[in-house]
Amino acid sequence: MTNQTKYETHEHDVLIIGAGGAGLRAAIEALSAGARVAVVSKSLLGKAHTVMAEGGIAAAMANVDKADSWRTHFRDTMRGGKLLNNWRMAQLHAQESPDRVRELEQWGALFDRTSDGDILQRAFGGHTFKRLCHVGDRTGLEMIRTLQDRGVQMGFDVFMECTIIRLLTDGSRVVGAFGYWREQGRFVVLKAKAVVMATGGIGKAWPITSNSWECTGDGMTLAYEAGADLLDMEFVQFHPTGMVWPPGVQGLLVTEAVRGEGGVLRNKLGERFMEKYDPKRMELSTRDLVARSIYTEVKEGRGSEHGGAFLDISHKPPEYVKQKLPSMYHQFKELADVDITKGPMEVGPTCHYMMGGIRVEAETAASSLPGLFAAGEAAAGLHGANRLGGNSLSDLVVFGRRAGLAAAAFAAKAPAGATDSAQIAGSERDMLAPFERGEGEGPYSVHRDLQKVMQNLVGIFRTEEDLTTALAELEKLKQRANQVRVEGSRLFNPGWHLSRDLKSMLTVSEAVARSALARKESRGAHSRIDYPKQDEPVWGRQHNLVTRDGDGMKLQQVPVQSMPDELKELVAEEK
Amino acid sequence: MADAILEVFRGNQEAGGAKQYTVPIAPGMVVLDALHYIQGHLEPDLAVRWNCKAGKCGSCSAEVNGRPRLTCKTRMDSLPTDKPITVYPMKSFPVIKDLVTDVSWNYRVNKKIPPFTPKPKTDWKMYQEDVDRVQEFRKCIECFLCQNVCHVVRDHHKKEEFGGPRFFVRVAGLEMHPLDNVSRAKLLKDELGIGYCNITKCCTEVCPEEIKITDNAIIPLKERVVDEFYDPLLKLVRKIRGSGSV
Repeated sequence: MTNQTKYETHEHDVLIIGAGGAGLRAAIEALSAGARVAVVSKSLLGKAHTVMAEGGIAAAMANVDKADSWRTHFRDTMRGGKLLNNWRMAQLHAQESPDRVRELEQWGALFDRTSDGDILQRAFGGHTFKRLCHVGDRTGLEMIRTLQDRGVQMGFDVFMECTIIRLLTDGSRVVGAFGYWREQGRFVVLKAKAVVMATGGIGKAWPITSNSWECTGDGMTLAYEAGADLLDMEFVQFHPTGMVWPPGVQGLLVTEAVRGEGGVLRNKLGERFMEKYDPKRMELSTRDLVARSIYTEVKEGRGSEHGGAFLDISHKPPEYVKQKLPSMYHQFKELADVDITKGPMEVGPTCHYMMGGIRVEAETAASSLPGLFAAGEAAAGLHGANRLGGNSLSDLVVFGRRAGLAAAAFAAKAPAGATDSAQIAGSERDMLAPFERGEGEGPYSVHRDLQKVMQNLVGIFRTEEDLTTALAELEKLKQRANQVRVEGSRLFNPGWHLSRDLKSMLTVSEAVARSALARKESRGAHSRIDYPKQDEPVWGRQHNLVTRDGDGMKLQQVPVQSMPDELKELVAEEK
Repeated sequence: MADAILEVFRGNQEAGGAKQYTVPIAPGMVVLDALHYIQGHLEPDLAVRWNCKAGKCGSCSAEVNGRPRLTCKTRMDSLPTDKPITVYPMKSFPVIKDLVTDVSWNYRVNKKIPPFTPKPKTDWKMYQEDVDRVQEFRKCIECFLCQNVCHVVRDHHKKEEFGGPRFFVRVAGLEMHPLDNVSRAKLLKDELGIGYCNITKCCTEVCPEEIKITDNAIIPLKERVVDEFYDPLLKLVRKIRGSGSV
């Protein structure tokens, strides 16, 4: 314990890692429960990836389609997830999201309105009814600003531009975290009785992604390293519509709201190709299917000039397009010289969302480690094998709230844990090692090569051969990552920051590749060319579970939890 | 493919200067792409903030060829190539390193603003025409470019007694919310120093979200302060009519 005095140290009841929608919602709830709360964020407050969410938040409010109910939302979510979802999470999510939306409104969020003065809802892929509450195409910004201001007023401590590099454990219990200030490079110890992981996704392991630099799988890796279970890691969502041109914006999200508002997809022959793949739902089919359809059209030679499909909303009145899709209008005009009120956009699949993540209990968001909770994209379960659009923002507030509540309750009962100076010292040593290497390559080239491996070998369509090669390549990349050299000082040094983020990306990439190799079927976002069918008797009944085993990664299968009969009937019902 | 020369500020508050880098140009490239090229291939410790690279998060603000811009939305082909493209940190905030500045003042100002406080017993009915003008203010991505160009901050350094355009926009969003029930006029007058603004519209010019900051937020708020503190008759009339709107 002697050397702990050398570190800046803070103590809270609940420590929340990540300041996106889930983290902020968890913080608000833990504060309401009377806990002392700290929120740590890699970026400035209000810049988390939630701001990029565009289309809306799914909640069965039945403001537009009166027939909507939590039951239909539940059924849509389960079917979209190919029944691999944690049914209880899907049920809680469908039941609670309307209240969570109303609460946002009561905290100052201003959604678009119906003519009756209620919150307006739009159609989205896989949702039976018009269900997405939205603010034009900047719903995530509205949400994060509302939560941010609420939290600031309630009084949480915010640690901005601070990266956590290790969870501190006392036995198997999580008792805090160790990190560093990005600005000065100084280390900091954050003691807490409970920790909520709300760190988002892993998209930066792929080159074509809608995700920001922050989405490097840190939370999943930290939890995994501390001994928590990761679940369903093979299910990576490729959003069907990212920008494909020009090169600098490749992967940038084109909201599903374009299709929700009536946009159609065509190939270079002018064919509305979704007729072939899902004639019933067409463009508003689920994301996994639309992404595969576009990919197939391009692969078979019917793609656009830059290897995408055409997405067209120009049949709608220009004023309507500008009002409902303002940021898409500006994004294409300013970055691609395309006026979307006059002509089509070129779009293609982009790595967007991680359905898998930290295994949690539905009611409490508790992970398999005492004192560690997880919510939002960092957690697994709600979305199963494929997420419906709009279900992410609702996930953040429903399970962010539950995680905050459970973490505060855990903290209220838990005695203060003891942090272990050996864990801290080891982590500091690893973090500083790249400065001490006299020679070696920098982290950027390793990152680029990792992205190539994931794009080429662990993408939308997968095969045993590719995945086996990917695992061998990842092993080599791990060796390289362990030898990277960093130049410059510890002051705001992005190369140094990447040297750590790289390790997280490699860990989650390996978990994705191992899980994908094991699942010998195609289901939702996981498509195996060598096993094109859904295999109900075997893979419909089990999840892949990843845990740490010494220095190695262990993969095993756990059964899918069985639903109560009334919910089974609900899901089976044809509509 | 052609190259561009970037002249980027390297250093911190105490010491630093411009350094030149040659960067290959790709079609549609933006200044942030060029900065990433420098990080990825030339100098990995170049400090720059960014997140979404889509003009939605407001992290990558800098001064490009002397103009405050989001680097993710500044196309290289919109800039002259016959001389180096200069990229400097926002001038109104202390430099931490390279293009990264200390913007914590903004977060301190924000804390002073009383939150949305709904009218008691509201039925939460709101109509699109009533929320339109507030939604304009809520488009703000907090890039702080308006704070950076405002001469009250930039030239007169009145950070302690002034809130700046960003927070007038935020207050306007609360004050004009159809269901909000508190007045922030005193705060505007005394703590956010709205009187310092002499409506030169520099903020409106640089706003990447095209919020009409001066016309739609600041001027109505100034009128509100005048009504509340300098026009007792109008104040009385408004009280009788029970209308809080400007």
